[in-house]
Amino acid sequence: MNIHEYQAKQLLAKYGVTVPFEIPAKSLAEVRPAADKIVASGSSRVVVKSQIHAGGRGKGTFKSGYQGGVKVTASVDEAVVVAEKMLGQTLVTKQTGADGRLVQTLLLAAGAKIKKEFYLAVLLDRATSRPLIMASTEGGMDIEEVAEKHPEKIFKESIDPAVGIMPFQARKISAALGLKGDLFNAGVKLITGVYNTWWECDAAMVELNPLAVVELADGKETVMALDAKISLDDNALYRHKDILEMRDLNEEAPLEIEASKFALNYIKLDGSIACLVNGAGLAMSTMDIIQHFGGNPANFLDVGGGASKEQVTAAFKIILSDPHVKGILVNIFGGIMDCNVIATGIVAAVKETGLKLPLVVRLEGNNVAAGKKTLAESGVAIINGDSMADAAQKIVKAVVK
Amino acid sequence: MSILVTPKTKVLVQGITGSFGAKHAQLSIDYGTLIVAGVTPGKGGQFFEHGGKKVPIFDTVADAVKQTGATASAVFVPPPFAADAILEGADAGLELVVAITEGIPVRDMVRVKRAMEGNTKTRLIGPNCPGIVTPGEGKDSHGGCRIGIAPGYIHKKGNIGVVSRSGTLTYEAVWQLTSRGVGQSTCVGIGGDPVNGTSHLDVIKLFNADPETTGIIMIGEIGGSAEEEAAEWIKANCKKPVAGFIAGATAPPGRRMGHAGAIVSGGKGTAEAKIAAFKAAGIGIAVTPSEMADTLLKMM
Repeated sequence: MNIHEYQAKQLLAKYGVTVPFEIPAKSLAEVRPAADKIVASGSSRVVVKSQIHAGGRGKGTFKSGYQGGVKVTASVDEAVVVAEKMLGQTLVTKQTGADGRLVQTLLLAAGAKIKKEFYLAVLLDRATSRPLIMASTEGGMDIEEVAEKHPEKIFKESIDPAVGIMPFQARKISAALGLKGDLFNAGVKLITGVYNTWWECDAAMVELNPLAVVELADGKETVMALDAKISLDDNALYRHKDILEMRDLNEEAPLEIEASKFALNYIKLDGSIACLVNGAGLAMSTMDIIQHFGGNPANFLDVGGGASKEQVTAAFKIILSDPHVKGILVNIFGGIMDCNVIATGIVAAVKETGLKLPLVVRLEGNNVAAGKKTLAESGVAIINGDSMADAAQKIVKAVVK
Repeated sequence: MSILVTPKTKVLVQGITGSFGAKHAQLSIDYGTLIVAGVTPGKGGQFFEHGGKKVPIFDTVADAVKQTGATASAVFVPPPFAADAILEGADAGLELVVAITEGIPVRDMVRVKRAMEGNTKTRLIGPNCPGIVTPGEGKDSHGGCRIGIAPGYIHKKGNIGVVSRSGTLTYEAVWQLTSRGVGQSTCVGIGGDPVNGTSHLDVIKLFNADPETTGIIMIGEIGGSAEEEAAEWIKANCKKPVAGFIAGATAPPGRRMGHAGAIVSGGKGTAEAKIAAFKAAGIGIAVTPSEMADTLLKMM
């Protein structure tokens, strides 16, 4: 699960990470009082930031034509004018796809005089099965590009989960970022807080880009998280009710939300051949084989181990609500499940949904002969696929005429 | 021979009284696997009865091991309690703990891996895996050792080793082999999570050292770099033909494809890179999942 920038900063602040003075606003009515408070806090500028689950906001364009999803304004009045252009509008960035995302929340923040920008992230290192802190002096940039062109500018520190982050490790990172004096110590505290946020919240990734040295109104400098992104381990959400409340369904595809109600794992893609498969690996490779034979998969859909009639019916309904779908490939390896039960479920689902599109079914496994007989005698137009290759070729042929 | 388990391996089931654990304990008993004990805290002294067999239930894994001599376990314990169950199995000195449970938090598995570091006695397979099957000699491979949730009957005793991150895709490969009259030494599902106990490479090394395994099918998927590491080792050390398939070539970057570990992030873990590593290591590439068995058989 992903959360918004303002929510990520709320979590970070709980673990002692310094963040700018900032207030989220969900309506225009909330913008002016929030901006007033920011100016009253001593900031001459008010930053207005669109809150969507995608990067590249600053360089994004609204469908209205308005440029930029993040703006620095010089007054409360200007902040309100900018907010009017963002709130309720759809922002398209390089990460959103052409559909863009509706901006339903703005974050109003005190303007910061940035002296230096860094990158800091905590993630799982799959090679060692340990947490890894990554830091770089190249802040505000695309870290993948830095990793590729200047790997020497990325500092990595592996954390032993048995003891957690040790102060000396935070000091090494603070030193690697070139922080000195009071800023060095502030850096140690911040790095420790970022790691603890990752661990305590069961995050998959915590990323500050940029983390920055900023000059405050009184001329003093400090380090703070100017931007923050947190994604969470879905499997651990059961023990974080507070974080679960941060879920924003507006940021998730409606069909994927609907699918999750039936324990279906559905991801929409851009192609025209829908597939319905049991098991994640088989589902991925069914998409692959559709493409191999010249088609384009419309989705990933894993119905799990069971594939009950209710699930198959729900899956068909979800698949059919995607207007790009021109045909369906069902690929079930019924290892333990009786293929005849699955076949009966498929026939019932076809009848219930009034399916008119070409449907290829490839069944294999337990009691498959009875299952194929049920399909053949159902009176429903189902094309039988003998192997994955045969089934994929048949559905591609039926769709790509 | 086989790797990891033989038809004589004594198996206990952690979580035998849950619906999922009970169902698969029954199927393993039907398959002829020696299910000697169940563990459900608080139900010690009761029995799990199926097909005329009475399997004693214990409160702790340590008790079960002491009383029955079990050396391997299948973990069917729900996610919040699974890390504890795995470490209990290790503490009891089991040789093999196979964690079937799907949905264990990453942080729990990070702690489990750390706690098992340097433990040379217990091997963990999984979590989020279909388990392991060493086929038996009877009809439909009856009499084998089945730990987990794989359908036993699709197997056939023989000489091909299969290792995979996925469940149904493993069954697909096994079924292709069996339909062609080719049997398997052992089939191992290592699981689809980002942190797991046994890697592709660990299993490949075991197959390479097993005199009765003459060929290997390795099935991987997007995410991480375990397939690349295995390929590098195979290139320098593996004496047996290996055929490989990678799932997820069409998966969009940044999206988790069902398995928690199946994600291309930051340009890493792509199917393209893994297939290139396979090719460089002389691994036969199954271009589609329909050709996994044939690709290996052509090499042999």
